[in-house]
Amino acid sequence: MNSKTADRIATGVFVAIAIIIISLLVGLFYFILVNGVKQISFHFLTSPSSNLVAGAGIRDQLFNSFYVLFITMIITIPLGLGGGIYMAEYAKPGKITDIIRSCVEVLASLPSIVIGMFGLLMFVTLTGWGYTILGGALALTVFNLPVMVRVSEDAIRTVPRELKEASLGLGITHWHTVKTILIPSAFPSILTGAILAAGRVFGEAAALLFTAGLSTPRLDYSNWNPFTATSPLNIFRPAETLAVHIWSVNTQGLIPDVKEVANGSAAVLVICVLIFNLLARTIGSLVYKKMTATK
Amino acid sequence: MERLAPAKDRLLKSEKNWMNGEVRGKIIVFLCAFIMIAATISITIFLGQKGLQAFIKNGVSLIEFLTSKAWNPSNQPNPLFGALPFIFGSFAVTFLSAIIAAPLGIGAAIFMTEIAPSWGRKILQPVIELLVGIPSVVYGFIGLTVLVPFVRNHIGGLGFSLLSGMIVLSIMILPTITTIATDAMSSLPNSLREGSYALGATRWQTIRKVLVPAAMPTLLTAIVLGMARAFGEALAVQMVIGNVSKFPHSILDPSATLTTIITLNMGNTTFGSIENNVLWSMGFILLVISFAFILIIRYLSSRRKF
Repeated sequence: MNSKTADRIATGVFVAIAIIIISLLVGLFYFILVNGVKQISFHFLTSPSSNLVAGAGIRDQLFNSFYVLFITMIITIPLGLGGGIYMAEYAKPGKITDIIRSCVEVLASLPSIVIGMFGLLMFVTLTGWGYTILGGALALTVFNLPVMVRVSEDAIRTVPRELKEASLGLGITHWHTVKTILIPSAFPSILTGAILAAGRVFGEAAALLFTAGLSTPRLDYSNWNPFTATSPLNIFRPAETLAVHIWSVNTQGLIPDVKEVANGSAAVLVICVLIFNLLARTIGSLVYKKMTATK
Repeated sequence: MERLAPAKDRLLKSEKNWMNGEVRGKIIVFLCAFIMIAATISITIFLGQKGLQAFIKNGVSLIEFLTSKAWNPSNQPNPLFGALPFIFGSFAVTFLSAIIAAPLGIGAAIFMTEIAPSWGRKILQPVIELLVGIPSVVYGFIGLTVLVPFVRNHIGGLGFSLLSGMIVLSIMILPTITTIATDAMSSLPNSLREGSYALGATRWQTIRKVLVPAAMPTLLTAIVLGMARAFGEALAVQMVIGNVSKFPHSILDPSATLTTIITLNMGNTTFGSIENNVLWSMGFILLVISFAFILIIRYLSSRRKF
């Protein structure tokens, strides 16, 4: 076989690989959306789930997913931003910085089930809270923090040096420069990264199994006092999220319409993640345009 | 009427506030960095302490735990704690899925960087990003509803098998491998390509003899990162692998991994019992192996040439 033929065959193989991957994605989305979208109805989204009868919805799971995500991001964004500022601005090259960098790496590569087990030990058993939204959100914080730190560090590092130097040259202190120059300039990329991370958190289930639990108490959506047991805003109640719901109906469900509920939930989950992806792209560029007045 | 403080005092005071802001900022930022160290150390200590309890307090033999094939914790009065089938299952699905995903991922990376750098990348990049975005339970669910019946009807066995787990995992780690491999290939200096073409090599010869060897350490990093992800994946595998505590003899046999046994049994066992403590030991093994993966990646990136 001469080298020209080998070259052609190899090119063919690479094109075939690309086609396989593209058709894989098309197939996956076709399956999820075609089977799932027809299950999604107003009733499905607004009625509570049931363990026994068919025709139940995912109202509480959907709310829990967003609420857990919200609490997680409230904790993660300040911590991750602080960590990112430290890594980009304050960290001096040396042992301690190396240790912190290794810690970020270790946290990023931990299996999510291990984080779930840590959450069970720390936020469920040790604190005596039981399965709670707060425990789930804290476990997801461990899961999400390394991503947020990297995103903020990269965003702050890409701010042009001249901006920082001009600010320091005007006699502004380091922290004030960080606050008023670096963070606002890095804001669009931090926001994009945060929304992408939110998509990842939204679909996470393994870390939540043992921390936020597999059940949701009866919720009263007219009760907005977060300190009562039936309030949806109570952070000390167990909460089954949408991703956990898909897993639990498939593996332990007793309802007769497992397929329909799982198909519908999977479609809702994937659509939400897609929306997060789209938002990340559009909001990032919109904010960037608005802040820098570029076209 | 209140007398104003002398200018000297006011200036000193304002300077003090100003310094306080500076110090406060620094403290906040250092605290955030410290939290990360604290989280890592506490995860290691807590899981380590809990994971060793089965051996120290309950007297389970470490040798039996790591080498015996018999697993039956509820067999009274003689419970058996051989976790080898799960350790083997974990490694088996990890390596098998890497064997499928590595050629596909690296092939896709080469397609994006060498074969069709302009339009190929424009199409494949978003495809890969979308694949990353699909949550793992959705992969598991599709595996359960499509792949398991397909394997049962067309290939054989129950459908719940190592094969199904391996296929689901290979799709899940494909984007990880592709993304890092693409970065590796596109960071190669152009002079390598030009030099090879100038010597009369074809594109395939350039890829095979010049570019892939040059990018090898990073390509291996990509594969190891993919394997680390496969090793720790729990729910998607749990839904398709069958969760049988027997040692699998063929790729079509149902099996179980460390993560799936933890997922299944953590909720059904009493906290503090032996049955529960051995699950924590498995979690500790997961932790140790993910440290091992990091060390391998460190070693590989120290050998990176470009």
